[in-house]
Amino acid sequence: MDWLNDIANLTNSTFVFTTALIFGAMGGLFSERSGVFNIGLEGMMTGGAFGAAIATYYAENAGYGWVSPWIGILAGIACGVLFSLLLAYTTVTLKANQAIVGVVINILAVAITLYLVKVIFDGAGDTETLKEVLKKWPVPLLSDIPFLGQALFNTYPTTYIAYLLIPISAYLLYKTPFGLRLRSVGEHPGAADTVGINVIKYRYIGVIISGVLAGIGGAAIALTTTSNFSHTTVSGQGFIALAAMIFGRWNPWGVLGATFFFGMAQALRNFVKLYDWSKDIPMEFLYMLPYLLTLLVLAGAVGKGVKGPAAAGEAYDPSKR
Amino acid sequence: MGQAVPVVELKGITKRFPGIVANDSISLQLRKGEIHALLGENGAGKSTLMSILFGLYQPDEGEIYINGAKETIDGPGKAIKLGIGMVHQHFKLVQNFTVAENIVLGIEPKKGLSINYRNANDRVQQLSEQYGLKVDPKVKIEDITVGMQQRVEILKTLYRGAEILIFDEPTAVLTVQEIQELMQILRSLAAEGKSIILITHKLKEIMEVSDRVTVIRRGKVIDTLVTAETNENELAEKMVGRRVSFELAMERKEPGSPLVKIDNLTVQGADKGKNILENISMVIRSGEIYGLAGVDGNGQRELVEAITGIRPIHSGSVMLGNADLTQVGIRERMVSGIAQIPEDRQKHGLVLDFKVSENMVLTTYKDSRFGKNGFLNDKEIERHASRLTSEFDVRSAGIQVSMRSLSGGNQQKAIIARELTRDPQLLIAVQPTRGLDIGAIEFVHERLMQAKNEGKAILLISYELDELYKMSDRIAVINEGRIMGVLDREEVNDEKLGLMMAGNKLGAKDGGAA
Amino acid sequence: MSDNQSVKKWSRIFVANNIWVPIIAIVLGLICGAIVMWIGGFNAMEAYQALFDKVFGSKYDIGETIRTITPLLFTGLSVGFAFRAGLFNIGADGQLIMGMTGATIVGVKIDFLPWIVHAPLTVICGMLIGGLWGALAGYLKSSRGVNEVISCIMLNWIALYLSNYLIRTVVLKPGTQRSETIQESASMSIGWLSTFMDNARMDWGIVIGLICTSLFYIILWRTKQGYELRAVGFNPEAARFSGINVPKNMLKSMMIAGMFAGLGGVFEVLGVFHYQVISAASAGYGFDGIAVALLGGNHPVGILLSSILFGVLTYGSAGMNFSASVPTEIVRIVIGCIIFFVASQGLIQMLYKPFMARREAKRKEAA
Repeated sequence: MDWLNDIANLTNSTFVFTTALIFGAMGGLFSERSGVFNIGLEGMMTGGAFGAAIATYYAENAGYGWVSPWIGILAGIACGVLFSLLLAYTTVTLKANQAIVGVVINILAVAITLYLVKVIFDGAGDTETLKEVLKKWPVPLLSDIPFLGQALFNTYPTTYIAYLLIPISAYLLYKTPFGLRLRSVGEHPGAADTVGINVIKYRYIGVIISGVLAGIGGAAIALTTTSNFSHTTVSGQGFIALAAMIFGRWNPWGVLGATFFFGMAQALRNFVKLYDWSKDIPMEFLYMLPYLLTLLVLAGAVGKGVKGPAAAGEAYDPSKR
Repeated sequence: MGQAVPVVELKGITKRFPGIVANDSISLQLRKGEIHALLGENGAGKSTLMSILFGLYQPDEGEIYINGAKETIDGPGKAIKLGIGMVHQHFKLVQNFTVAENIVLGIEPKKGLSINYRNANDRVQQLSEQYGLKVDPKVKIEDITVGMQQRVEILKTLYRGAEILIFDEPTAVLTVQEIQELMQILRSLAAEGKSIILITHKLKEIMEVSDRVTVIRRGKVIDTLVTAETNENELAEKMVGRRVSFELAMERKEPGSPLVKIDNLTVQGADKGKNILENISMVIRSGEIYGLAGVDGNGQRELVEAITGIRPIHSGSVMLGNADLTQVGIRERMVSGIAQIPEDRQKHGLVLDFKVSENMVLTTYKDSRFGKNGFLNDKEIERHASRLTSEFDVRSAGIQVSMRSLSGGNQQKAIIARELTRDPQLLIAVQPTRGLDIGAIEFVHERLMQAKNEGKAILLISYELDELYKMSDRIAVINEGRIMGVLDREEVNDEKLGLMMAGNKLGAKDGGAA
Repeated sequence: MSDNQSVKKWSRIFVANNIWVPIIAIVLGLICGAIVMWIGGFNAMEAYQALFDKVFGSKYDIGETIRTITPLLFTGLSVGFAFRAGLFNIGADGQLIMGMTGATIVGVKIDFLPWIVHAPLTVICGMLIGGLWGALAGYLKSSRGVNEVISCIMLNWIALYLSNYLIRTVVLKPGTQRSETIQESASMSIGWLSTFMDNARMDWGIVIGLICTSLFYIILWRTKQGYELRAVGFNPEAARFSGINVPKNMLKSMMIAGMFAGLGGVFEVLGVFHYQVISAASAGYGFDGIAVALLGGNHPVGILLSSILFGVLTYGSAGMNFSASVPTEIVRIVIGCIIFFVASQGLIQMLYKPFMARREAKRKEAA
């Protein structure tokens, strides 16, 4: 039954990789549902990872012990929100081009965080390795179930939170007044405006939620996978998250499927490395997979062609309603 | 009734935009239970005034009283609270939401934290029945007709408890029958005690349904009249500021021999299953204005696109003279002699960020006179543009400025100049006077008539029956992608066209779909 | 009066709408950089001084600065060209990588041709592969309606991994993470110039770059093809109604944009490094290209000037690191801030509008 064990381990590590992607993709989803393109996800996640690593570092040195990573997560959220405010202010208030500001955020986030790391750690390109990171937390009873227990119920707290995020978001978006309003702002801001919904406010909310979630996503990487922060910590996960959001058709359940799929690709990569025969596999194609699939889906080669929220990408100009 | 406090009183409302005074000290009273028409040309300031009342704009000067109390309406939310509802000309509906979702948006009934959809559906259903609107709350907006969508807009205001309803050009997109039904709805709303402001430039509707009418011209109130004590001619004169004749004072030559032959033209929709156009046949003679009537969205746009080559033809043929154009591309058809004045001039007819001179060669830049070997001859292009703008009286700050800086009327003149100068055999004019003031409308009509008299074939598509009556030699009616029949200009009347526009074939006695 | 007119004309050449926006953006960007340095405990004046000393310190440094400018010019032209046709080419990065890879493979594998044939052939191959990579995004946009921003992001990553794969399997130098060195006959370096510039890596790239800059102008503003591209850029619907083949023009614009970016990659290999490495992430030239094009107002002269500015900043940052020990990332921060300010023009207009209004009022008073 060795292979069963392998599959359990693979599933387990898939979910670990999936965690950051879920947070990132859901972050993108809230922003785009409100009508703001967010290709700055990568930058927001980088900010989150940086904030988490630095805060955890100081907290553990100050003797906060196991609380430190949680302080780190809060700091990660703060950093993600900071960048999201930049996006919201420029694109919603100043009506700047959303794609360009997204690119700027990606450039700035990497540069600023690395700059600060070098300033704080005397020129070193990465933070010191964190001692107090998040630990796997087996769910009592459930984790004892053979196979499933190891696969699903023995993982990091951030992963459990990510599981919960999907149904909560689905409920929020499709069952509550808040969700109806947020979606209306992303589909037809003029319709929302003329029934008295504050378009600007809802877009800010959408983008800020995006920053919060992307921040947690980045923090999760730094506090579970890498245990430090350097320029390679996030390295493209934000873009995979973006791809997952599109692949999941801007829908929470779709995002769950897409992130699981992409997370599996990442886990598989690390998994097969253990075996000798893996040297013959062109790993590059496994790396490419998320992007390739997303392109195919967008092009309508796989399933029906997809369209995002109707008004995403354009600033709302009330004089044109 | 005169002693009662008016539900809405506007006092000295002034609103300035860069360059113009849209509303110049406008005062207006709306009484309870009346239908008050607001009449004016395009750009007279009606919509601005109503946008101020609905809180979309803030007035620079003036005061608003609602039921006698002075109010500051700083947004649609406030207007809704004060019992004001607006049915916009361009509907404000989220396409992939249901009817009920659109209606309750912003004031959703709740059960715990969730939206109480059952309650929402029930209340919409009940309101719909109360006012005889027959709307199904559970269908999606994208699946219902334009007429139904308008009813959803009405329900939106009623659901919010509106006592004052503003209708902005509500009949522009409706069939003759739907207009009749809307009039009925307006009357029953007024009978229930709602007060209604009806923005329109259609005199007939005002005469039919309104109690009083206020005429606005260039941002100023010209007069407020009791509808029963006035007539269409008086209203038209007040609206335009001078006597207007409904007839064109030009000679009208008889059409010549057949020039354009469209035979059994069929065009398929996106899903291939349904035909958007089915077996359309028409013959347009040289020197003829062939009017095409019909409600917006019945295949007019597709017909134009099929003739000009923008949309692929499934079967049938398009012939111009002896040339079969069915299979050739857009440019070849243009070169062969098809020209178009598109419905949406800013979107389809002009590149607003190009210079005026660049726009004047948009359909002819490939001619060798505008440059050889793939290069552009700027001098010749500028010379050409100068000539056209002076001949057609296109007013701008020079041919070097961007097209965006021109007024709507001058933009339309530029397109007409460009297309007529190409000396086409067939000119397709879609809503050529939409949004223009009377002066510009007369200019366009004269140029079209002149082109006709020169022997060009003209296909005129319009949603304004009066324009078709005035210009056309013959009028055909299109309904759901089919031609319902063709009438000579002497035999047309509202009733016949109305029946055909609703889907009854010409000559069929009370037959077909109603 | 004539003075005023010449200023107007100049501003039209430099940027379409307003010359003040880029200038103020540059100043604000440098100020932001100074603030960040101050926060980090560095002396900003000293650092900027070190930056310029580094760039203009010696013949070698001037030569190397020009080398740094070259790929920025190419990617700037790439992004700018697509912008003119209404497309946001965020994929210059991937196109550049594909151009590099094409040049590397042709430059390494073909070993029997004389320089006069091999070098141009290699350049053209790299350029075409970059062009095809751009055309792919153009095709997805025009025929499948895929937003080019998204497809370009995906294509950038695919290009990175595809390139790594090709280098690893086709031209790997055994035991290393890089390709074999290209044949001497494919080199685009200029030996005598390098010797003259104290061994700075000089190559034909900048010459071709300047030629491309003029081609950029000629194609867009002097030819009928350019007229079509610009019409499509401003209003694709009107272009279509006027008989212009919109999908074909989108394809063409992305193809040409990809060729510009591809050339940038070609000269990095043939002129500068002579080999290509397997890397985990892209060098980010494509993103710098966005900055260059945006600051340059998508006009060839503007793009040239802004590529020089960013080249100077980038190369000079090494000097800041060396003599003022400021991390080189500071320059990325400055560049990021500059695009940020150009993109949010509203911010800059808020700053200068009152100032201009006051000047206007004063002038009126005087009159």
